[in-house]
Amino acid sequence: MKTKLLALALFCGTLLQAQDYFPKNDGVKSKNNNYTAFTNAKIYVTPIQIIDGGTLLIQNGKVVQTGKGIALPKNTVIVDLSGKSIYPSFIDVYSQFGIEQAKRVPRSGRNAQYDSSREGFYWNDHIRPETNAISNLKYDDKKAKELREIGFGVVNSHIQDGIARGSGVLISLNGQGNDADRILNDRSAQYFSFDRSIANNQSYPTSLMGSMALLRQMYYDANWYAKGNIATKDRSLESLNKNKNMMQIFYAGDKGHVVRADGIGDKFGIQYAIVGGGDEYERIGDIKATNAKLILPLNFPKAYDVSNPYHTTYVSLADMRHWNQAPANPKILAENGIIFSFTTHELKSVKDFKTSLLKAIDYGLSKTKALEALTTVPAQLLGESAKIGSLQNGRWANFLISSGDLFDSKTALYENWVQGHRNVIKDMSLKDIRGDYTLSAEGNTFMVSISGEAGKPKVSVKQDTLKLTSKFSYKNDWIALSFADKDKNNYRMTGLVSKSSDKLTGKVVLSSGNEGHFSAIKTKGFEEKEEEEKKAKEQPELVEVKFPNIAYGYNSIPKTENLLFKNATVWTSEASGVLESTDVLVKNGKIAKIGKDLNAGGAKVIDATGKHLTAGIIDEHSHIAALSINEAGHNSSAEVEMEDVVDPEDKGIYHALAGGVTSLQLLHGSANPIGGRSAILKLKWGESAKNMIYNNSPKFIKFALGENVKQSNWQSFSRFPQTRMGVEQVFMNYFQRAKEYEVQKKSGQPFRHDEEMETLVEIMNGERFISCHSYVQSEINMMMKVAEKFGFRVNTFTHILEGYKVADKMAKHGAGGGTFSDWWAYKFEVNDAIPYNAAIMQKQGVTVAINSDDAEMIRRLNQEAGKTVKYGGMSEEEAWKMVTINPAKLLHLDDRTGSIKVGKDADLVLWSDHPLSIYAKAEKTIIEGATYFDLEKDKQMRESVKQERNRLINMMLKEKSGGGKMQAPKMKKKELMHCESL
Amino acid sequence: MKKFIFNLTILLGVSLSGLAQQTPAPEQKEAITITGAFAHIGDGTVIENATLVFENGKITALGTNETPKGTVIDATGKHLYPGFIAPNKSLGLVEVNAVRASNDQDEIGDLIPHVRSLIAYNAESKVVESMRPNGVLLAQITPQGGRISGTSSIVQFDAWNWEDAAVKVDDGIHLHWPNSFRRGRWWMGEERGFKANDKYAEQLAEVESFMNEAAAYGKGASKEMNPAFAAMQGIFDGSQKLYVYADGEKEIIDGITMAKNAGAVQIVLVGGYHAYKVTDFLKEHNIPVLVQFTHNLPNFDHEDYDLPYKLPKLLSDAGLLVALQNGDASNFQTRNLPFYAGQVVAQGLDKEKALALITGNSAKILGIDDAYGTLTVGKSATLFISVGDALDMRGNQLLHAFIDGRKLSLDTHQTKLWKRYMGKYDGK
Repeated sequence: MKTKLLALALFCGTLLQAQDYFPKNDGVKSKNNNYTAFTNAKIYVTPIQIIDGGTLLIQNGKVVQTGKGIALPKNTVIVDLSGKSIYPSFIDVYSQFGIEQAKRVPRSGRNAQYDSSREGFYWNDHIRPETNAISNLKYDDKKAKELREIGFGVVNSHIQDGIARGSGVLISLNGQGNDADRILNDRSAQYFSFDRSIANNQSYPTSLMGSMALLRQMYYDANWYAKGNIATKDRSLESLNKNKNMMQIFYAGDKGHVVRADGIGDKFGIQYAIVGGGDEYERIGDIKATNAKLILPLNFPKAYDVSNPYHTTYVSLADMRHWNQAPANPKILAENGIIFSFTTHELKSVKDFKTSLLKAIDYGLSKTKALEALTTVPAQLLGESAKIGSLQNGRWANFLISSGDLFDSKTALYENWVQGHRNVIKDMSLKDIRGDYTLSAEGNTFMVSISGEAGKPKVSVKQDTLKLTSKFSYKNDWIALSFADKDKNNYRMTGLVSKSSDKLTGKVVLSSGNEGHFSAIKTKGFEEKEEEEKKAKEQPELVEVKFPNIAYGYNSIPKTENLLFKNATVWTSEASGVLESTDVLVKNGKIAKIGKDLNAGGAKVIDATGKHLTAGIIDEHSHIAALSINEAGHNSSAEVEMEDVVDPEDKGIYHALAGGVTSLQLLHGSANPIGGRSAILKLKWGESAKNMIYNNSPKFIKFALGENVKQSNWQSFSRFPQTRMGVEQVFMNYFQRAKEYEVQKKSGQPFRHDEEMETLVEIMNGERFISCHSYVQSEINMMMKVAEKFGFRVNTFTHILEGYKVADKMAKHGAGGGTFSDWWAYKFEVNDAIPYNAAIMQKQGVTVAINSDDAEMIRRLNQEAGKTVKYGGMSEEEAWKMVTINPAKLLHLDDRTGSIKVGKDADLVLWSDHPLSIYAKAEKTIIEGATYFDLEKDKQMRESVKQERNRLINMMLKEKSGGGKMQAPKMKKKELMHCESL
Repeated sequence: MKKFIFNLTILLGVSLSGLAQQTPAPEQKEAITITGAFAHIGDGTVIENATLVFENGKITALGTNETPKGTVIDATGKHLYPGFIAPNKSLGLVEVNAVRASNDQDEIGDLIPHVRSLIAYNAESKVVESMRPNGVLLAQITPQGGRISGTSSIVQFDAWNWEDAAVKVDDGIHLHWPNSFRRGRWWMGEERGFKANDKYAEQLAEVESFMNEAAAYGKGASKEMNPAFAAMQGIFDGSQKLYVYADGEKEIIDGITMAKNAGAVQIVLVGGYHAYKVTDFLKEHNIPVLVQFTHNLPNFDHEDYDLPYKLPKLLSDAGLLVALQNGDASNFQTRNLPFYAGQVVAQGLDKEKALALITGNSAKILGIDDAYGTLTVGKSATLFISVGDALDMRGNQLLHAFIDGRKLSLDTHQTKLWKRYMGKYDGK
């Protein structure tokens, strides 16, 4: 009874809403308040509320009621759906329906546009929260039809361009109404991404970390604006604030970006729903920890065409694996309790939608979860569950009629109703006429066999044993068949299929023009072949996920072990020097004991006789394991953080481990005088980015001087500074402003939180250290003087190739130097660079490190240290310190790592030979007692990498011979980064 | 503005060549004898406690029982090596990479064999002189870029001018074979990374046609001079070598096959990243390899981390004639040639065989083994004495070096600055 009352209430509500006030001049006003009932159907009211043999009653575009044996009002049209199923239609929350793709403006070369092109908006053109998709919306009939044909009823469309993208528009794919009917919400969800607007040329941000910093500053500024602290109008911030109670949707596009986006949200109390990339299964724990709901494209990669072995070389193991593993992503997410919806975004063709969906189900996704991901979850994401996403009373009558289980390849989707309007996809009233017939026409007899899909059958015609070429169609209950018999006589036939009889009859026209009748008598019913069933039952063969999931990833992340190295030559990098035939005991990740004849006490014993044990190498200047290096959009980018862009899947990490490197400073590049904040990493291959970053990490920032920041070596003349004179002024100005900022902050007055100024204040307060890219003596001296004026110290000069000319001044100032062993001649400013630099600086009391700035050299830093013996006559002990304890000192890590000393982290390398020698190989590289590189293990992995590639290649060949879709071999080559990488 | 540019050029010119190279040494006048040395011959063999005599620029005696003549250098406990040879480099053609005015390594045009490196070679380059204290005393000066980048010449590193420096003039022509895969042009909206080069066949045909035209030109009596075709003739009569740069299996097979079919007599493979997969083919065609330098990263994630380290060994073990070159690394890196060779020793190659990769084998491949590459009686006295093992940075410390018997200065722009500033700090 209650439901009936509710139904009545809704009924009245609808009536009121529908009251029409538009004049009508092309006829008289008429209204249809009839009901439509769909009876005897299996109704999925929600994915978990299913009614067998139920009735769905709708009126005026909405669901009135669902249930069994409900009383139907008299003015009801009844549609009998015996044997058929009704599902709520699908919703896509990440659509660009009806919105023109933004057009790319050509970039203006290296003479960049630094300022915004708008007035009255945020200072950055890539922040566009004021954009409302509805103002760009043009209902697209063709696209709507395509989407309806795959089951969608509602999409949330938005402008997919820029970092803050504004609000979306919720629109039902109702081709029979107009925008007044079909727009369900004209400001629905607010969208973000890390990608710049392609339609705008403002230089900042040029990098991922720049986008991230910009988003943070945007939120700070929005708060500041909301408090009324900005005198001028900023329509962007105003809109951002206005949109803040909507669902916030972030386009990430891969697993790492999901975590990055979520981190930004966490800082400002925002839980984004995040568009993923389909690779979330690789780091499922990190994804789960975000608590974010995901939106997943259904674009599983196609297999690579590996038939040409030369071309196959270019296909990486990671890409092969992803092809194999990605279809299991939805299943794995569901198993881990992660809530997600599906989107058609990034599908090359919407026709691939069902194939991909069924593939996900074949790979273990439950049908209930699949349906949720297309109905209830997107409705919840948009906060529109009261209107869409289910067939509960009062919802829009958006539903699908199918021949059966929607997630079965053989099921036909008959109709897609949107807002109570019928859209026929396949004629469900069409009778199944498949079977074998004996056809008689004008005295001749033919054998006709009708097979294939029930709604779109094929025909084969035989006369005796001869197969005839024929044409056949079956539409709107009429069949049409034409062929020529063996005597070349043409037969053209057409007839209406009888609902009550299996006999097909109608009219025939012959070549002569004579007309007559034909009749075909069914001799045998149609039988489905069993083949496909068998194929579906075959379980997909999945290869194992590795950490990281690329070649030479581990089965599991290496664990800390207790180890005893026996009889090693131990290079302590401490006052105790080099100890012959000495044991080192590692316990709980720390160096526990150093001495002779130590007791293993359960530790794993490693015979190091004839071998050398050293502290792990530390690279003070590296650009491996990064997704981006330079934020070049401004001459200061103190707000950007390299920690945001750590790439734990760079094989460079494994290469560096194979060269004995355990820690490094991931530096920002040298595109601007004030660069970005560093990430200091331990190379824990297999771990996540977060777990590679040092706990309680010392804070660093990159500064740069000279040709790069002056933009001397390319055609760029518009950015300050263009001279070394200007470089000084940039620093003076920024530090002066930072001083004033701090005064304001400490005064208790309101102040605008400025990420850049915060960083500079940290530097002046000695809480953050500078690593300054530098070459010639004048600029080195200048930088020290600037620092002294503002009362701080330059911690490290990196590159510092003319450091030898001012080594005495550096020592006095207290600056260290991180330098190349022997690089020079590549730029004008390295004309006086000499390989004796390290030795000279060291002799003047400067703490000197040899660094790489190079993905290849990093794996031979032991040899580079060896060169300081050759150039300048360093002692071997001192030379070794240049890649261990000295960089540890420069990075303020010398209390934790950099030498073999009891209590320090067990970051160790076991070498086959004298560590400074070209002949030495790292046999084991250990971080905190866990072995991250082992020469023996590497040998085994070479074999397993080869075998796994072969296994996957064979699987792809099978896919090809099975008619699967292929893509051409290619390699997503990572760029090798250095200082100048953009 | 014009005036400004003009002045700038002068300024750069002055500051770049302001400090001239070490003065070239005078001709050898009297005999010099090195005694007690551990002599690394450069062909895989050694002579312990060796005595080596050279006169008029040539080695006249080498053995354990030779009689010293002239000035005697006691090298007991020291190591004696033939001068190292660096193939395929643009040393002396470019001084500072980023300063365009100092760059003469890459001429406009894709098929320009007539462009000759020798006449642009700067014998007074500061980068060149910095080779000598590490034992690198000879190089093949090679134009860069394009498809056929030009004609190289071989020089020694102690000369007043290019004419004096020349050891072998116009020794070879350098053909950069097209790649069947290419990088995506991301600035044009393509994906970054590599994909199949759909123009490969076309590019291959272009080279083939050029070679065939050049061969036909050589046979006929064309009245009009075609400088590009004319420059190719030495390839067909065997007086010049054809250096084919290729890395992939397909590219190597295509490049060598095409060069052979077109009539090239002496072919050398340069680069050869995947040459270890086609060693049978290379042996069958008797192709020596100037393999890429070892201090490189593997090109593909699935490859062994040390593949570039061991590549010369893989080729050498397969019975090919192999030497090392400096690949894409900057010219200044060429002084690390001995360490590139040392790196292979850690991969299990015999030390003396590793030495041959930068001495005896290099000379054979470049066609200067009649005079250079090994310590052999009758050959040029282009050699040096090192305190220790010259393939290891721990031992590479030169005491004396000679080119054609002339005693070199081991000072450089860099050692001068070192001494100057040590003097400043030591109060001298």
